[in-house]
Amino acid sequence: MHRVVILGPQRHVVTVTEELNLLGLSGRIATITAGWQEREAEDDELSVALGNRCVNLRLHARTDDVFAQDRPLFSAHRHRQDKLRQLQDIYRMRLDHLMAAASVLMARQGSPELLEPEREDTIEQLRSLDAHHLRRIRDVHEAFETQELPGERRALAQHRAEVQGILDECDAVAIAGGHVSTLIGRMRLMDVASGMTAKPILAWSAGAMVLTDRIILFHDRPPEGAGNPEVLDVGLGLAPGVVALPHATSRLKLEDEVRMALFSRRFAPADCICLDPGNRGRLDGRSWQFTDGTRCIRRDGRAVPASPEVA
Amino acid sequence: MIPAIHKLARQAGLDSRAIDTFLTSHRFPLIEGLQVTFVWRGVADAVHLRHWVFGLASAQRFHRLAHSDLWHLTIDLPRGSRFEYKFDVVRNGHSQWIRDPLNPNIAHDPFGANSVCQAEGYEVPDWCQHDPDARQGSLHELILNNTAFGGPRPLTVYLPARYRETRRYPLLIVHDGGDYLRYARLKTVLDNLIHRLEVAPLIVALTHPKNRMDEYPNDPHHAAYIVEQVLPFMERNYPVFGTPAQRCLMGASFGGVASLSTAWRYPGVFGKLLLQSGSFAFTDIGENKRGPAFDRVVEFVNAFRENPGRPAEKVYMSCGTYESLIYENRSMVPFLQSHGLEVRYDEARDGHNWENWRDRQQSALSWLFPGPLWFVYE
Repeated sequence: MHRVVILGPQRHVVTVTEELNLLGLSGRIATITAGWQEREAEDDELSVALGNRCVNLRLHARTDDVFAQDRPLFSAHRHRQDKLRQLQDIYRMRLDHLMAAASVLMARQGSPELLEPEREDTIEQLRSLDAHHLRRIRDVHEAFETQELPGERRALAQHRAEVQGILDECDAVAIAGGHVSTLIGRMRLMDVASGMTAKPILAWSAGAMVLTDRIILFHDRPPEGAGNPEVLDVGLGLAPGVVALPHATSRLKLEDEVRMALFSRRFAPADCICLDPGNRGRLDGRSWQFTDGTRCIRRDGRAVPASPEVA
Repeated sequence: MIPAIHKLARQAGLDSRAIDTFLTSHRFPLIEGLQVTFVWRGVADAVHLRHWVFGLASAQRFHRLAHSDLWHLTIDLPRGSRFEYKFDVVRNGHSQWIRDPLNPNIAHDPFGANSVCQAEGYEVPDWCQHDPDARQGSLHELILNNTAFGGPRPLTVYLPARYRETRRYPLLIVHDGGDYLRYARLKTVLDNLIHRLEVAPLIVALTHPKNRMDEYPNDPHHAAYIVEQVLPFMERNYPVFGTPAQRCLMGASFGGVASLSTAWRYPGVFGKLLLQSGSFAFTDIGENKRGPAFDRVVEFVNAFRENPGRPAEKVYMSCGTYESLIYENRSMVPFLQSHGLEVRYDEARDGHNWENWRDRQQSALSWLFPGPLWFVYE
């Protein structure tokens, strides 16, 4: 049985139904649509795709309820989010300069003997910055946990218990896309991960991103101009070894191999997996398998079929 | 390419019917590659194209087609250009400025309306047109009493779609708010860009001057009104972040001067400025030659250039290349950058008008207040 399935966007090409059938499960499916924020409950289409046997965990609404009941926790949470936002701004300042240097070096023509060690060293600095940023984020999360003891707060504990109860009765978990920061934040607050590690998980778009080790934001075509891919947060680590790239074809300049090579090398040894509509990856607990058409970005910047060898 | 009007002129047996056919078979102004032809038909002593394109003579004389009543003018127009114009029809020594009767494309402004010429390559951005799928924000008309001006002032507040009091929003304060709404479709633009996730949901305070020419050029009462009355009012009554990084002051033309001078008088209050075609006239030596209306502007900009301080952290600027203010705006960019401000500057082949300022909003707002596009993976 494949324990974790990551999928491309489901809006136009629905593959989750087929993947669910392949798992051979007959019981209920716990769904997480917190990434849809206020539209969390508008899950009729999803319910049909999953065979009308869903139980929406309503993590977004539950969190709102917790915050309404527990104002000190709400304030502490808001304070943490402010701190994370400031950290992200500071990280971006450093990142911009390192990325500028790395981009110039990647595009530079000349002796590979001279250039390659410089490129590798610059990329190593990027990896170091990303790792440093992740440590800072972890520290903020840990400080929140130890200072606020959220698990001991009545309103939150009650919702967490309800969520765990629902998870216990379900055969699998399905995580939809949406706002990735909201999604990981609400999943973390409700401590969902601890209740779903033993169950098959199907996740797409932002849902796939939160399962990986690191959540990487990316967009090469926003109206304000291409920015630099950035580490946003620690992922749940349930889909290890990959960087999930939903909508890769529309969001990334895949044709720019120099840019993509930097992207791929920066996040190595993880494999950068394009999750376009119809794409799928299955983790059986040990290794990944990707369906035809699913691509990964190689270290040379080329997007090539991901299966069976991804790097 | 030979313009169609020249082919018509060479046509044997040119008569009124041939002109009728020519006029009904083309749209005017007639865009042919990088040339544009204007026509006007009627009895006149002379016809001129009147425009506000800095760099061209402000009156371009039409030619009369043979002995007909058709007047025409063909000029070169760079790709992507857009400008506003009128025809100046002279009869019996009297001049009358009229809109182009053959051109349905009109732009409105506080002084009336002009015809609009859109060159090859220019398109009205789709995000400034009504999108039925875009969720609508709301406008609320308020009155602020006992203002620094000595009386009440109207204030319009824009709240984004799905506004929730439990969330926090950045705050944008806009000069000439009514004009931005009427002539630059600011509400539609905000609704669309927020709906597309390109701009963060914002709360916008739209201010309305009584006499902008008096209030905007570095007037201490105006600055006090914005910083000591509008800003606290908004922060008391709406869930805004309340930090300089999440506050922006915006304006066009003299409104750009008002924005910059207010931020300069109150450093550290606004983290962001959005300055469109700012009237940043200055003198390195000698007198102001733009007239008395600019005396206080020049006095301020000279003082600012002497001692800029740090009025904000991030500044978005734009200016049309067909504006007389292009020199002042271009020179402001490296000046601000050299004093440590982060500046983004856009130019367009357009003039000093509201549709130019409308067309730059996506670039401006998505840079100053990037939306959750980076965070959303549906």
